[in-house]
Amino acid sequence: MDAFPGEGEWLDGYRIDGRLHSGGMGQIYRVTAEVDPGFPLIMKVPRLGYGEPGEAITSYEQEQMVMSVLQGPHAPRYVGAGDLAKQPYLVLEFVEGFLLADWVEKAPLPPEEVARLGWALASALHALHQQEVIHLDVKPSNVIIRPGGEAVLIDFGLANHAHYPDLLAEELHQPVGSAPYISPEQVLGVRSDPRSDIFSLGAVLYELATGEFPFGSPTSPSGLRRRLHEEPVPPRAINPAIPEWLQEVILHCLEPDARLRYASASQVAFDLSHGAQVAVGERGKRMHRAGFATRFRAWFKAKGMEPARLVQPSAHLASAPIVLAAVATRHGNEFIFCHQRDVVGRLLAGPDHVRLAVVTVIPPGSEVGVDTEEDIATTQRIKHLVLLKHWAEPLRLPLDRISFHVLEGNDAAATILDYARANAVDHIVTGSAPPGLPLATVWGTFATKLVGESPCTVTLIRPTAAQLARAAREQDGPPDPR
Amino acid sequence: MRLALFADVHSNLEALSACLDHARKAGVDRHAFLGDLVGYGADPEAVLAIVDEHVRMGGLVVRGNHDEAAAVEERSAGMNGAATEAAGWTRRILTGSRRVWLMELPLTRREGDAFLVHGSASAPDQFAYVTDPRSASMSLQAAGDAPYVFCGHVHEPVLYHQGPTGRPQPFKPVPGVTIPVSRHRRWLAVVGSVGQPRDGNTAAAYAVADLEKGTLTFHRVPYDWAAAARKILDAGLPERLAVRLQKGE
Repeated sequence: MDAFPGEGEWLDGYRIDGRLHSGGMGQIYRVTAEVDPGFPLIMKVPRLGYGEPGEAITSYEQEQMVMSVLQGPHAPRYVGAGDLAKQPYLVLEFVEGFLLADWVEKAPLPPEEVARLGWALASALHALHQQEVIHLDVKPSNVIIRPGGEAVLIDFGLANHAHYPDLLAEELHQPVGSAPYISPEQVLGVRSDPRSDIFSLGAVLYELATGEFPFGSPTSPSGLRRRLHEEPVPPRAINPAIPEWLQEVILHCLEPDARLRYASASQVAFDLSHGAQVAVGERGKRMHRAGFATRFRAWFKAKGMEPARLVQPSAHLASAPIVLAAVATRHGNEFIFCHQRDVVGRLLAGPDHVRLAVVTVIPPGSEVGVDTEEDIATTQRIKHLVLLKHWAEPLRLPLDRISFHVLEGNDAAATILDYARANAVDHIVTGSAPPGLPLATVWGTFATKLVGESPCTVTLIRPTAAQLARAAREQDGPPDPR
Repeated sequence: MRLALFADVHSNLEALSACLDHARKAGVDRHAFLGDLVGYGADPEAVLAIVDEHVRMGGLVVRGNHDEAAAVEERSAGMNGAATEAAGWTRRILTGSRRVWLMELPLTRREGDAFLVHGSASAPDQFAYVTDPRSASMSLQAAGDAPYVFCGHVHEPVLYHQGPTGRPQPFKPVPGVTIPVSRHRRWLAVVGSVGQPRDGNTAAAYAVADLEKGTLTFHRVPYDWAAAARKILDAGLPERLAVRLQKGE
């Protein structure tokens, strides 16, 4: 029989303050710790007694294993756990904020609100995937938005950590997440693909944007199997206020074949925060579901569907990085540009999941003699945008793999670093001081700060002295004959 | 207690020394050798001297099929050509008392929650391979109520875990990650081979179990395989055995 603690009771140094939630898998309490960790706490107590599903205990163990190693603001902080042989429980941070489910009640939401919430959720999922964790139960009731706007995933009872044994695989009948949101490969029992979370993210975005589930809420196994080939009604057919780019992003997440989805959650986040630069294709424009013939082909293909197996989330992410090329449009010379482009080209020669963001930084605001401040800003921005696009042209990248950004800031290094952090950039490639640039110390400060504070790998383009000398000679032309 | 688990050393002194050094830095209290101390490699005497010393200090050891073949000729029947040749070579090198020592090693050991065996606990003297959930299940079943079965014989590290109702599930461990292995489910660890890794990675494999905390860590330790391979060639042992170390397969 279950022995749940009562209000006011003490358990291993935690006082039970009151019950927050009671469900099939167990109970959740507010608790106070003898030793205050500095943030409010909850205690999750699994239901274990006779006749209860064995999944509850396995799921509890799985959650404990994952939570004890997860770090960062996108999961509740882990404080402790009870002895399984006596009284199992998990003590976690009580996350302040609103459930994403509260927003769903107000759906359809304005597109910019969908993009903001979606960006927060995608960024949170990327942070989990980078730590080898796949959540596998992404749905609005498992996401809390902190007052600052960050998303926090809760309930890791179905999660999988690639560095630890998947205990849930021991169960004969594995629980498989929530019907409206789960991915096709989860329907087939695959629990090792981070792109499953991207599919569920797409289902959440769809719901926020339209107020409807993309695939309904099937209850039967055959109903769930339709997920393998089903195509949702295009969001714009339900809510015409949705821009094409947002529909493109949503349907890109919801591709039945994981290989056709976004390769990483950070790329979804990137597109959600740069809507104007999303390359809109057929997916974004369609207003009807595909015709019968196409649907039949999809159904037939799904009959023999074998989900792609992946090694580990981090290994997969390594093949889908976001590369930032910081191009010094204000100081650069052609030689440095070429050199930097060669290096970037080599990075892009790998798997075609690599995305490139071409960035430059200009000082904010004013130049004398032009009309309004807004005009100046626009003129400046366009001028540098043209230079960026010119720089990237020889790379011949398709539009869905490249984007251009003219950032404003007085401190170039800080501006690039902020941008890299906000967009989960994996690799920065930055130019070096061109020959003869006055204020070489400014460059030195820039490089030192960028490398010292970078959240990711940095490549500094540094041509050899001989190359620089040759470039200078070529620029000057042949010496005058004497 | 932190228990270091070494399997399939196969007379590879360089690999064993590197693993022992690694284990010392990892702060282990006790050593267990899971059979096949000799065979294939060129340093049987030196390896057995080290193992013997650890056994005197409370270390644990069980017998493998190559240990038998190196002690008694009839026991090499059924082995492949290179293995038979190496067993014969080892037999000629070892003293009579060393061979007796090898034959007197137990086939299994039970130490608290841990059951040690070279192959499968279901038939320790048959040296059956544990290669899939079915054979893992048979070994776990034969190991009685021990939550942990540690073995070698198969030269690739794998961890099988089994809940109260289901069948064992294989997991490919990531080197250096400490895995919680709670006592209320059952675990069978094939710890990998110290002296002749066969998973395409030349680094020696061993594992550390913390039986009090309930954790298990698989390690890979790079070692001077070129020196071990050279000794194999110098000893006139089959060239194939040297090449295996160089390729890790």
